[in-house]
Amino acid sequence: MALKKELSYSEAAVLAVQREMEADARVVVLGEDVGRGGIFGQYKGLQQTFGAERVIDTPISEAAIMGAGVGMALAGLRPVVEMRVVDFALCGMDELVNQAAKNRFMFGGQGRVPLVARMPGGIWDASAAQHSQSLEAWFAHLPGVVVVSPSTPQDNYGLLRAALQCGDPVVYIEHKTLWGLRGDVDEDIAVPLGQAARVREGNALTLVSWSRQMQVCAAACEALAAEGIAVDLIDLRTLWPWDRETVLSSCARTGRLLVVHEAVQAAGFGAEIAASAAEATGCRVARLGAPRIPVGYAPMLEAQSRIGTQAVVAAAKKLID
Amino acid sequence: MDSSIPGRAGEALYRVMVRIRAFENAAETASQGGVSAFGQQAAGAAKVRGPLHLSTGQEAVPAGVCAHLRTSDYLTSTHRGHGHTLAKGADLTRMMCELFGKATGFNGGKGGSMHIADFSVGMLGANGVVAAGLPIAVGAAHAQKLLKKGDDITVCFFGDGAINRGPFLEALNWARVYELPVLFVCEDNRWSATTASGPMTAGDGASARAASMDIAATQVDGNDVFAVHETAARLVGEVRVGGGPRLLHALTYRVKGHVSVDLAAYRDPAELAAALETDPIARARGHLLSTGIAAATLDAIENAARDEVDTALAVADAAPWPDASAAFTDVQTIGAGQWH
Ligand SMILES: Cc1ncc(C[n+]2csc(CCOP(=O)(O)OP(=O)(O)O)c2C)c(N)n1
Repeated sequence: MALKKELSYSEAAVLAVQREMEADARVVVLGEDVGRGGIFGQYKGLQQTFGAERVIDTPISEAAIMGAGVGMALAGLRPVVEMRVVDFALCGMDELVNQAAKNRFMFGGQGRVPLVARMPGGIWDASAAQHSQSLEAWFAHLPGVVVVSPSTPQDNYGLLRAALQCGDPVVYIEHKTLWGLRGDVDEDIAVPLGQAARVREGNALTLVSWSRQMQVCAAACEALAAEGIAVDLIDLRTLWPWDRETVLSSCARTGRLLVVHEAVQAAGFGAEIAASAAEATGCRVARLGAPRIPVGYAPMLEAQSRIGTQAVVAAAKKLID
Repeated sequence: MDSSIPGRAGEALYRVMVRIRAFENAAETASQGGVSAFGQQAAGAAKVRGPLHLSTGQEAVPAGVCAHLRTSDYLTSTHRGHGHTLAKGADLTRMMCELFGKATGFNGGKGGSMHIADFSVGMLGANGVVAAGLPIAVGAAHAQKLLKKGDDITVCFFGDGAINRGPFLEALNWARVYELPVLFVCEDNRWSATTASGPMTAGDGASARAASMDIAATQVDGNDVFAVHETAARLVGEVRVGGGPRLLHALTYRVKGHVSVDLAAYRDPAELAAALETDPIARARGHLLSTGIAAATLDAIENAARDEVDTALAVADAAPWPDASAAFTDVQTIGAGQWH
């Protein structure tokens, strides 16, 4: 029976993990504070339902959480590995980069590491330089992993389920300020990995973004529409593999591409998309990301790292001129 | 003190050690000129290329420990992993093929010596990153516990240098907190690359650190295969019946340089000379002879190992290279392919 209800981004994630845990006894969750529901409520109630053996509270040992996840996966489980925030995932970087991502290839296909590493990313209000980073480009740069960054409750539900069914390691980046975002979630809608969503249609410009920045871009599109500029807005949803077909066919039609992301612009994933689009379609490209500075604490400092609606509108107009 | 052990089992331990030694001697010869490191340039003609970490002189540890393991037990290893892999029951010829980089190797030529693995016998992989095998081992043991895999266990080999990395601490704590069926085996060969481990390690090393986390640790003469065998029998048994993690601290010695081209000129020759007097294979041979096993029996074991290795070299030499397209397979399912 189709079940449609309004859920928050974090409730949608709980539901996704719950459904996968019901469907597959091999799915386990491990991480700090997951027994109490996780620091964002994204595991709420799961330990009560599935017990402490399947929703495992761990010591503060990011290397061991990620590394044990690799070992569990090799030994037949499908772990959800919680890193708390992307910034702390760096403490388990060898385990992710050299172990999880390389295992299958390096051992000639003998091993598979079906784990989902959840690492909430992005600016978290007033949380300064070590709790607000957007590091998705690092992971997209890494052969062997899938990289996902959902922007809506529906997508968080669908993509998390898809990630758990995927046989390879998935880096799953939820946004720290989207947890409370509410929206309809239809349990019957599957969201495949690697497929972007066209959120708005238009011919003046292709605008590509993901995660929380989608909200900023949506607002910018409203403002542009008021001036008669119709934008083709694409939510990438999966960064690797990214949906070249949707993006490039849009670029070929509009002749212009703007990529917007919260991450630092320099060496960001926007550069990859812009270069690919220019190579494939000859379209005009531009990217908009944060300046290459750590995220500051005071509001006026933090604001320097934020890409607001006005900046997106201005960049879009410049590209059209 | 070489303890007594029934003849057949003694011969079996001897065979494992001798096969490891024969394999590595051959691999060493085949590697000459194949790596640029430690002041030497690669000549390029070598059959075994890249860094080759030999465990010459350390054979008693894997032989004595793995004698108590089954195929369904897991093993994680280090960059110095040939001995562990053979002792766990992996095929010698396929391992040589992998060292040669051939398609018929365990990893299809994608891994080489440093990433040797044979999942079919529970050997989950050597590792190019020091201490990286420890968290993986506790994860495998955790899965064994959750999946209620009978009394299977995981054994984790690591060096004395690895105990100074964080994952060692994290993994031991983890194993104790969850009471996992894991045996940690520290192969203390006294060296970490070109640096002596002792001066780089605060406190009393692996055993003391395990004890601080309430993990029972036992030291053993790692060059006495019978002592290793006997101690490991007890520890493996304790782990199997749900006693939680244990640590075996085996004192041995790295006879060769860090990698095959490393002549270890930084080391006091007297130290090596002293160590060679306790060579585990010579010791085991002496002991077995003293228990009445005929020299001819042991000679036959040695000759068989050499023949086996000669055959493996020939097979590896003749084996096909991987197709270049294999560079694009087994990367990942979704998002694989030839995109740049
Ligand atoms: C994290 C990491 N740091 C450094 C190295 C380089 N390295 C490879 S082996 C080695 C020495 C390791 O010593 P030990 O753990 O005692 O093992 P052994 O080589 O003596 O068997 C070093 C420093 C590495 N591979 N990984």
